[in-house]
Amino acid sequence: MQPLPPDEVLAARLRDRDEAAFTLLLDAWSNGMLRLARSFVSTNDSAAEVVQDTWLAVIQGIGKFEGRSSLKTWVYRILVNTAKRRGGREDRTVPWSSMWPTADDEGPTVDPTRFGGPDDRFPGHWLEFPAPWPSPEQQTLAGEVRAQVAAAVAQLPDRQRVVITLRDVEGYGSDEVCSMLEISAANQRVLLHRARAFVRGRLEEYFAAVGQHVESATGRVTS
Amino acid sequence: MSDLNCSEFVELVTAFLDDALDADSERRFVDHLAQCEGCGRYLDQIRQTITTLGDLPADSLPTEARDVLLSAFRDRPS
Repeated sequence: MQPLPPDEVLAARLRDRDEAAFTLLLDAWSNGMLRLARSFVSTNDSAAEVVQDTWLAVIQGIGKFEGRSSLKTWVYRILVNTAKRRGGREDRTVPWSSMWPTADDEGPTVDPTRFGGPDDRFPGHWLEFPAPWPSPEQQTLAGEVRAQVAAAVAQLPDRQRVVITLRDVEGYGSDEVCSMLEISAANQRVLLHRARAFVRGRLEEYFAAVGQHVESATGRVTS
Repeated sequence: MSDLNCSEFVELVTAFLDDALDADSERRFVDHLAQCEGCGRYLDQIRQTITTLGDLPADSLPTEARDVLLSAFRDRPS
């Protein structure tokens, strides 16, 4: 992918109807935008429509871009607002009124029964360490692991899914994500932390199940 | 300043990875990490989870949608 020109150059070229500049942006950003849109709405088709509506709004509104945020952040904010409206129409269980953490986002992220209680010898310490995972190099299961992770992300509450998608799937930094979603660094971190712990937990369950399967298969061979 | 428990450690990993712990908390976090194999493993597994998240394949915009947008850009009213 070729590097993009600076924002002020890009914005000026879009205002001047430079189709090459628009094509460049469209192809560079649409995949990431689709993934983010998909974290708000329930189908791939809806996500594609959100991205399409976002670009139409960008085309109409580029004259209003003032360079106070990066061009991409400005586009992503339009996407988030478009997706929230759309998600609202789709009658999701959690309304998109706010990106603030709620009671769902509080409490321990690791099952407290895995740590010693006040009467144990080491209160608050692992009763049993987390089981080791196969190293990425030995994962012939890489495709299946990705599928498990994708399924776990899909199960997250909306706010957590949006944040983990931006941070870990798309790879944006904390500041950029706070700016796109207009939330505080602390709130963003609460959501990201829960989301990561949940996805790790699902992988842990998956590796445990696969490990048992492998052991029992070996058992059959040797018996 | 008291030492961290494992149950406290696991709640700080995201702040640690974002370099958002204050100096004292970070020192306690690292001290605990140095001594606790279970928490080292937990942190590695969170890192591995993040790596896998970054490897998820992307969808691409359907060709028809791309064509619609290119012509909308071309034909937009001035």
